[in-house]
Formats: sequence, C-alpha cells, structure tokens
Amino acid sequence: MIKFLLKKEFKQLIRNPFLPRMIFIFPFMVLMVFPWAASYEIKNLNLSVVDNDHSTYSRELTQKIISSNYFKLTNVSPTYKKALKSIEKDQSDIILEIPANFEKNLTNGQGGKVMISANAVNGMKGGIGMTYLSSILVDFNAQVIQELMPSSPGAASVPTIELDSQYRFNPHLNYRVFMVPALMVMLLTMMCGFLPAISIVFEKELGTMEQINVSPVPRLTFILAKLIPFWIIGFIVISIGFLIAWAVYGLIPAGHFSTIYLFAAIYILTVSGLGIVISNYASTLQQAMFIVFFFLMLFIMLSGLYTPIDSMPEWAKWIAAFNPLKHFMEVMRSVYLKGSNTFQLAKPLMALIGFAVFFNTWAVLSYRKKN
Amino acid sequence: MNNTIQHNPNKVIIAENLTKRFGRFTAVDNISFEVEKGEIFGFLGANGAGKTTAMRMLCGLSIPTGGKGLVAGYDIGSQTELVKKSIGYMSQKFSLYDDLKVWENIELFGGIYGLKDKEIKTKTDDLMKVLNFEEERDKLVGSLPLGFKQKLAFSVSIFHNPKLVFLDEPTGGVDPITRRQFWELIYDATSRGITVFVTTHYMDEAEYCNRVSIMVDGKIEALDSPKNLKSQFNAKSMDEVFQQLARKSTRKAD
Repeated sequence: MIKFLLKKEFKQLIRNPFLPRMIFIFPFMVLMVFPWAASYEIKNLNLSVVDNDHSTYSRELTQKIISSNYFKLTNVSPTYKKALKSIEKDQSDIILEIPANFEKNLTNGQGGKVMISANAVNGMKGGIGMTYLSSILVDFNAQVIQELMPSSPGAASVPTIELDSQYRFNPHLNYRVFMVPALMVMLLTMMCGFLPAISIVFEKELGTMEQINVSPVPRLTFILAKLIPFWIIGFIVISIGFLIAWAVYGLIPAGHFSTIYLFAAIYILTVSGLGIVISNYASTLQQAMFIVFFFLMLFIMLSGLYTPIDSMPEWAKWIAAFNPLKHFMEVMRSVYLKGSNTFQLAKPLMALIGFAVFFNTWAVLSYRKKN
Repeated sequence: MNNTIQHNPNKVIIAENLTKRFGRFTAVDNISFEVEKGEIFGFLGANGAGKTTAMRMLCGLSIPTGGKGLVAGYDIGSQTELVKKSIGYMSQKFSLYDDLKVWENIELFGGIYGLKDKEIKTKTDDLMKVLNFEEERDKLVGSLPLGFKQKLAFSVSIFHNPKLVFLDEPTGGVDPITRRQFWELIYDATSRGITVFVTTHYMDEAEYCNRVSIMVDGKIEALDSPKNLKSQFNAKSMDEVFQQLARKSTRKAD
C-alpha cells in the first residue's frame, strides 16, 4: 500500500510549481550569500576624534588607528560633547579623546591618558571596537617607549611574557569555515522541517485528508509515505551543500562524508518528525507556519550558530541540550573542521537517535483518523 | 437489556440511540434507524441539522459520544478500521487530488483499498469506457469541470466494491443534466448490490430514494418511503413535506 502513497507524494512533489526549484535554489542562496554578508569581523567602525593636544604624538596616534583599516575617521570634534552628538546622529561609533598636554606628559615620563568611549547600542560592535582600539593603543605605547628611551638599559632588561598563540582547526580564524557547515544544518532544518509541517495541514485544508482518513490506510504507512520523500530531499540538499562548500569555499570535511551522511539521515528524520507533529495538531496553514517559526527561532537562537552555548546561562544550556539543531551543528563543525569520527561523536549520535524516535513516535500517535 | 446489537446480514446500517455532543451542544440527538441492504437511503435535513455529523460517525471519522452503530456488520466505535474497509465515502468537499491525473487518482485509491495492480488496470479501463472519460484519462483532475469531477469522485468511492457508499451532498453545484447522469451512476451501483446512503438538498432527488429520513435539530422527525411520507403529511411533493418539518426547527441554520 505504501507504494501507492509514495508514488502520489513524489508525483505531487514534482508537479508542484515551486518546490523542485526550491530544492536547488535554496542551498545556493543560503550558502553563497550568507557567509559573505553575515560576518563577525567588524570593519569600518566610524571613529570620532577629540584632539585637545594637537601635537605630533596625538596626530601620530590618530594616524596609526586609521591605518589599521578597522576604523574610518568620520568626525573630528573640538569637544567631547560635540563628539557625543555625532554618535547620537549615528555618524560615529567610538570616540577617542586625547587630553591637552598629552605629548608633554608622555615625554615628561608622567604617562599619558586617553579616553575611549564606544556606542554600545550594539553591544558586540562596541565591545569589539573597544578591544581593537585598546590593542592599537598598547602597540602605540610600546612604540613610544622605544622612541623615548631607546638605549635605556633598564627597558631592555624588563622581563616580558611573549605570547605565541595558535588557532587550531581554523588557523586563520576564517569566519566562513566556521559558518558554512552550520548553514548546511540550517538548510536541512528549513527544508525538511518546514515542508512536512505544511504537508498534512495542506491536505486538511483541501479536504483530501478526510478521504484518506475514511480509508483503511494504517497510520504508520501514511506517516512513512510523508516522511520518506523529505528524507530523500534532505540527502539531495546536503549533497548540493557539500558541492558548494567545496567549489566556492574549498571546504572539504576533515572527517568522512559517511559520518555526515549518517548523522544527516537521523537528523532529517528528527526534524521531519517534528514537522509532522506540528502538522497533525495545526488545523490551518497559518497555525502551522506560526508554530514552525516559533520553533525555528528557538532552535536557531539556542543552537550555537551565532553565540556559543558555553557562554549561556545554565537554564539556556538545558534548553539547548534538547535542541536537535545544536547537536547536529556541533557534529557538522567537528567533522568538517576537526575530522571527528562517529565514535568521538557518540554523545550527539545518541541524542539525535533519541530525538528521532521521540518525534516520529509522536508523529504517528498524534495522527488521528477520527475525532 | 442486550448490550450489543444483533448483526443482521440484511441490514447494512443499524444505529441505536446514536448521539454526538460537542461541549454543551448536541449535534446528533439519540437517533435510531436501519438501512436495508441494496436500498437508496435518503438522509435529508436543513443545514446544521446534524446530517454530516451523523454520517461522519457512521464512517468511523467521528467517535459517537453515546449510542451504538453497526455498519456492514462492524461496530463503529471499536471496529472503525474494518468499517472503513467495507465502505466508500464521497465528501461534500471535492476530495480527489487535483494535482494527480485521472488514472493516478484511481490507482491511488484502488491501491489504498488493497486492489492489485492488474485489477486496478482492467477496472480503470472499464471505468473510463463507462464514464466516456477515455480522453480525460491523462488529464490532471484539477483541470476538469465540476460535473466530471463529481462523477469521477463517485466512481472512485465505489471502485473497491464496498458494501455501502456514503454520499454527502454529491450533486451540490452541478447542472441538471450532470445530476441526471450522476443518479444513473447511483442506480447502476445499486444494481451491483451496493447500498447507497445519500444526503441532499434537492427534493427531486429525494423522490429517487427508496426511503427517506428527515432530520430536524439533531433528531429524526420522519422516516419512510417518499410516497408514504407524502400521504402522511398530506403533501403533493417531498418539498412540501420537508417545508412542514424543517419549519419546526429552532436551531439557527448556518
């Protein structure tokens, strides 16, 4: 009997004017556009300088900051108050105030003070701007010491700790290397979670669901016939993802494709199962869409896509532990970047199998042929 | 008091005190009736009288909140899946797949009811001939005119040779000629031994039925052959009978 139902699902899928194209266009959109546009690297911060000193040093410092390429000098104000106005007008993000007698105090050996204040409406931008600016100042400081006391015997003998940092698995801290595997997970979630959520409600609205319900179709058979096509779509989508990652970003998983396919197989079942559950409870398309959006938001926010789970409060970590998206994202990043194998990923594997069984059992049980 | 209904092979439907409540609203209120094998049973009533709800209970789509029912010999409360195997159902809303072709819809529903590929093929060929549908065979159902669709939906609902077929306002919105053809299909089905349970708002169609029941506010107010009903209510047509009964309704029609 399932043969006939599968035939129906595939024919409907192929005849849909929209879906087959989506399966190909969507991965391209997500993987070709997002990694370039949505980046953590903060560049082009607008800098406002309040120079009360007008000395060689103050000019040198300003010059150094601008030449770092992270800052653009967009405003030069005579007073701090005026500089603040430019922040209010959104012309600048960060203010550097150099006090009068900056150079004099430096050469006197009294040390200079500068003030930085950042617009923290976007906390991350403000924070990162502050860090960049501080590290430039530290650099400048070292340079000044060099210039002022080039031959001072004391300066050379001051013991310093030299940092030699190494970034493992992503040596150049390339943002795209980090994001592309995670975006593939997003893709699977959207395609294989969204579409099943719509599928049954859609039949309810059309009235065809009733015709199925009045027939002797077993519940499991019907749900399986709904799940299997999305499973196959998922495999196509992730394979397209692999191709794009390789062709556009030169990304090849450090681990095995088979590991990813294994996890993907379970993950697709999980999200499709959840989609079907939603579809079973919703009575209109709007309802289904709204619930899906709710879950998508929750899943994405607590997945570690943008913000690391480890820095979340304890309760959020608990929610994240029940988020299938989080587990699969972890797996994808580990396999792509670290080359982890299935044994090392036993924990997320168990978690995902658990979710898959849970959601799909629920999907079959919540499909009611009568009320 | 006997707790189970005695199965009688000559009765395709036996309903005893069948009731359906939604919260405080009683949609179907204690109805009891029997349908004989091979008859065309008309199930009339104004909008909101409870016809569709009663029918959905008999089809195993809706669980009764009270009373019992036996359809094709199976209990509608505990043996719903067996009931479903023995019946056909055509809902008020057109419910074949618009994005499947004519033959694909037939194949799908034939397959669901457990027919074999070969059986489906030969029966489809025959059906196409009977309906004069040979040219439409490869067309998407969504592109067909309503009259065609309704005839196809009916044919699909009896494709697996059920003991009984439920038709919920099958001829709504259909032109008189197609309605006529539709009733020919119904007669043809009964000649093959299929019992027909039909709801309708067309009183001329009520005259075609062997027996007719009229529901008012969730209760069956009258049940007999159209001829007897007319003499009982001293009316010239079924329309008059219906008017007399439906006027008693206190329920607001939807």
